[in-house]
Amino acid sequence: MYLDPNVTTAVKILVVGHFGVGKTTCIGSISEIEPLRTEEEITEASVNYDDLSGTPDKTTTTVAMDFGRLTLSDQVVLYLFGTPGQERFKEMWEDLSRGALGALVLVDPERLDESFAVLDLVERFGLTYTVGVNRFQGTNIYPLEEVREALALSDDTPVVPCDVRDEKAAAQALITLVNHLLSLLS
Amino acid sequence: MTDEQEPEPEAELELTAPLVPLFVVTGGRGLPPSHEYERTTLVSAKQDAAAEARTLSPEAREVMNLVADGFLSVAEVAGHTRLPLGVVRILLAELADGDLVLARKPVPPAEQADKELLSAVLDGLKTRFGA
Repeated sequence: MYLDPNVTTAVKILVVGHFGVGKTTCIGSISEIEPLRTEEEITEASVNYDDLSGTPDKTTTTVAMDFGRLTLSDQVVLYLFGTPGQERFKEMWEDLSRGALGALVLVDPERLDESFAVLDLVERFGLTYTVGVNRFQGTNIYPLEEVREALALSDDTPVVPCDVRDEKAAAQALITLVNHLLSLLS
Repeated sequence: MTDEQEPEPEAELELTAPLVPLFVVTGGRGLPPSHEYERTTLVSAKQDAAAEARTLSPEAREVMNLVADGFLSVAEVAGHTRLPLGVVRILLAELADGDLVLARKPVPPAEQADKELLSAVLDGLKTRFGA
């Protein structure tokens, strides 16, 4: 359960995507610990504008997030945070994106339109990302270039197949992301 | 007002018994600044802290017991104790004030794009997954 006592460097990568895209499955496939869940309260403006004062009510909601851990060397540990991609969670995104190496954006080829809000947040928070196209049972593998085009991704954004149930595929998507991060440095 | 409108004592007990307001758990303290006790800050109890832990609130003691034998991230402390992340951060700040826990801060945002660090992450992933 405990980290190696020599581990001094903790880094994080966000695994983002819309509801049901496979974030938790992806994290569970590669995490060295059983994925854990944090619960936290966020405030959000409610849509009730009947209030005579003219100011929208603020309500608090509890958001649950799953995360996993990977010890990468004697000194370095990587945390993977599943991050919901809705606009109303942007308060949380501020915390999560601070100090994150980058993001793995999971997309469902059958529901690509639901990924626009997610990509918008990732770009707004300045995160470098790689797109992982999850393959769902019974669906054909989509040509990755079609996904790139549909999501209007730039040419240098890596798009990789990512069957989130498969440890190797999930790991390969993370490796692609880190390679991409390194390529931007040189 | 009739007696019938009074809530039944048992029903009331059942509703309120398991709920301790969060401001009681945290002793009324506010959240630490957002860059302190972040999700990826690593925490561990100091070696001789066990004796003092006996005087703490049950929740703070639970946190102390959890990190008594090694380092865990703040997120893991929240995950294992099932306490809300904000509460865990407040409790850890309190425990650190009492000199009961050690904290290792995560890599600062300015250093996250460090080539050496990214290479170490890449090598670690490759070694681990044989890619």
